[in-house]
Amino acid sequence: MEAGLHSGKKIGGVVLGLENISLAFGGVQALQDVTFDVREHEVRAIIGPNGAGKSSMLNVMNGFYQPQQGIIRFGGREYRGMKPHAAAAMGIGRTFQNIALFRGMTVLDNIMAGRNLKMHCNFLLQALRFGPAMREEIEHRRAVEEIIDFLEIQHIRRTPVGRLPYGLQKRVELARALAMEPALLLLDEPMAGMNLEEKQDMCRFVLEVNDHFGTTIVLIEHDMGVVMDISDRVVVLDYGRKIADGTPDEVRSDQAVIDAYLGVAH
Amino acid sequence: MHLLYEIFIDPFVQMGAAPDLLVQTLWDGLVSGVLYALIALGFVLIFKASGVFNFAQGIMVVFAALTLVGLYQHGVPAYVALALTIVVMLVLAVGVERLILRPLVDQPEIILFMATFGLTYFLIGLGELIFGGDPKVMIASQLGLPSGSYRITMAHGYVQLQKIDIAAAIIASLMVAGLGILFNRTRIGRALRAVADSHRAALSVGISLEQIWVIVWFAAGVVALATGIMWGARSDVSFALEIIALKALPVLILGGLTSIPGAIVGGLIIGVGEKIGDFYWGPLVGGGIESWFAYVIALVFLLFRPQGLFGERIIERL
Repeated sequence: MEAGLHSGKKIGGVVLGLENISLAFGGVQALQDVTFDVREHEVRAIIGPNGAGKSSMLNVMNGFYQPQQGIIRFGGREYRGMKPHAAAAMGIGRTFQNIALFRGMTVLDNIMAGRNLKMHCNFLLQALRFGPAMREEIEHRRAVEEIIDFLEIQHIRRTPVGRLPYGLQKRVELARALAMEPALLLLDEPMAGMNLEEKQDMCRFVLEVNDHFGTTIVLIEHDMGVVMDISDRVVVLDYGRKIADGTPDEVRSDQAVIDAYLGVAH
Repeated sequence: MHLLYEIFIDPFVQMGAAPDLLVQTLWDGLVSGVLYALIALGFVLIFKASGVFNFAQGIMVVFAALTLVGLYQHGVPAYVALALTIVVMLVLAVGVERLILRPLVDQPEIILFMATFGLTYFLIGLGELIFGGDPKVMIASQLGLPSGSYRITMAHGYVQLQKIDIAAAIIASLMVAGLGILFNRTRIGRALRAVADSHRAALSVGISLEQIWVIVWFAAGVVALATGIMWGARSDVSFALEIIALKALPVLILGGLTSIPGAIVGGLIIGVGEKIGDFYWGPLVGGGIESWFAYVIALVFLLFRPQGLFGERIIERL
């Protein structure tokens, strides 16, 4: 994609640091001594062959998995592991590889659920639709409508998400994560299984989120063209280890990466 | 021919001949239906939020009623005992979350189901240990519940309405309305529906599963207490009450496991159905069909609507 989109953006200091992360499930070593960081406002891609530990890495970041070793630095503090709802409260939003939506609820309710942490009114006031609770509901509804406009899903507002086609479900999931106004957004294969047009739309949305809201984005993606186009820096995992880290150009010409992807003659 | 007449014609002739008896039977059915609905409601709350079929709901009814009566017998004033029992149900909810649900998170549903069996026997043991095993009398009048009955004359006879039953219906309606508002209008309600749909998605938007579980188990505990008071006032408070949980099964099949309106309507249909069935069709087979007729009603419904009256129809994309 055009360099123009990136030109105005300032990449800041480190917002998320992962140091010597190791994670094992029984005898399977999913991550081994992985260290890298994520800088403010950047699009950071994690790539690697199947089973490289990419999703595990994301799950460590928002507390779904607790690493056996290593330190996570976020918001000026050190953690041995995150708790999912605490991570959400600190501004880490995410989407999932296999869509995780609230299937029984409408698009609007799904996105409103993303505002969960931002609502503070007493539930009794909410139940009665009384004064401040009413104002709060309207204010959140407005924020949600902005996201709906931004992602161009106005027409499916009232549809239960279970009925939507795959591509739109992915978009609703992104909308729900955006409703949290996250400082850090984790996207697990946001374009997987999409056709070309849907992919282009999703690329545009990811870049616009990064551009307009300044949201720092970590994404896992298999489509190399997409990764090279939209990310600022790329970290490459293979068999749970980090084998390369750098700009798309550096990573593309790295011998270890080429070997991992194409196989190597022994 | 005579049999067909007895099955399809005669009961309706009887209904027409003595409308006061019909109304009385309907009323009795509605009253037990309200209680079935309350028990089913306890199941639905927990099933919706945590996917656990809580076998212990029946014993929670007994345990709540026992605690209330037991505290009163130890000299605690009735309303204080009521408040303390609500606190005990909150402690129970927190305990269940900490000791059962949290260690078993992400385990298959059958494991959690078995854990609720364990909880059932634990509560039976604890209840007997503290309050003893002998039946007790519910402190209905001390709690300000009315006794006695209204008599309404109609068509050469009369219909008798127990005041306590009327109170039960009113209290049950208020509880259902309150829960409905809580779950449909508030942040907690949205969070609860979210947890019911997807645990990891709920976690990712910052909903705390622990908090939601405590809330639903507590709500189910309060519903159990209300059920225990109403049911205890009609018979007495003993561990035999536990089997009423089995009455909730046909109600759940009928109403759908995930629907609050389904629990209410299902409860009423089962309550009325079994009373009418027992009174008008029971004599054909020598009576006493009340205990199993509910299952027949549920089975007939299942043939036509496998997901229950209000259950969510899950459409899977292939």
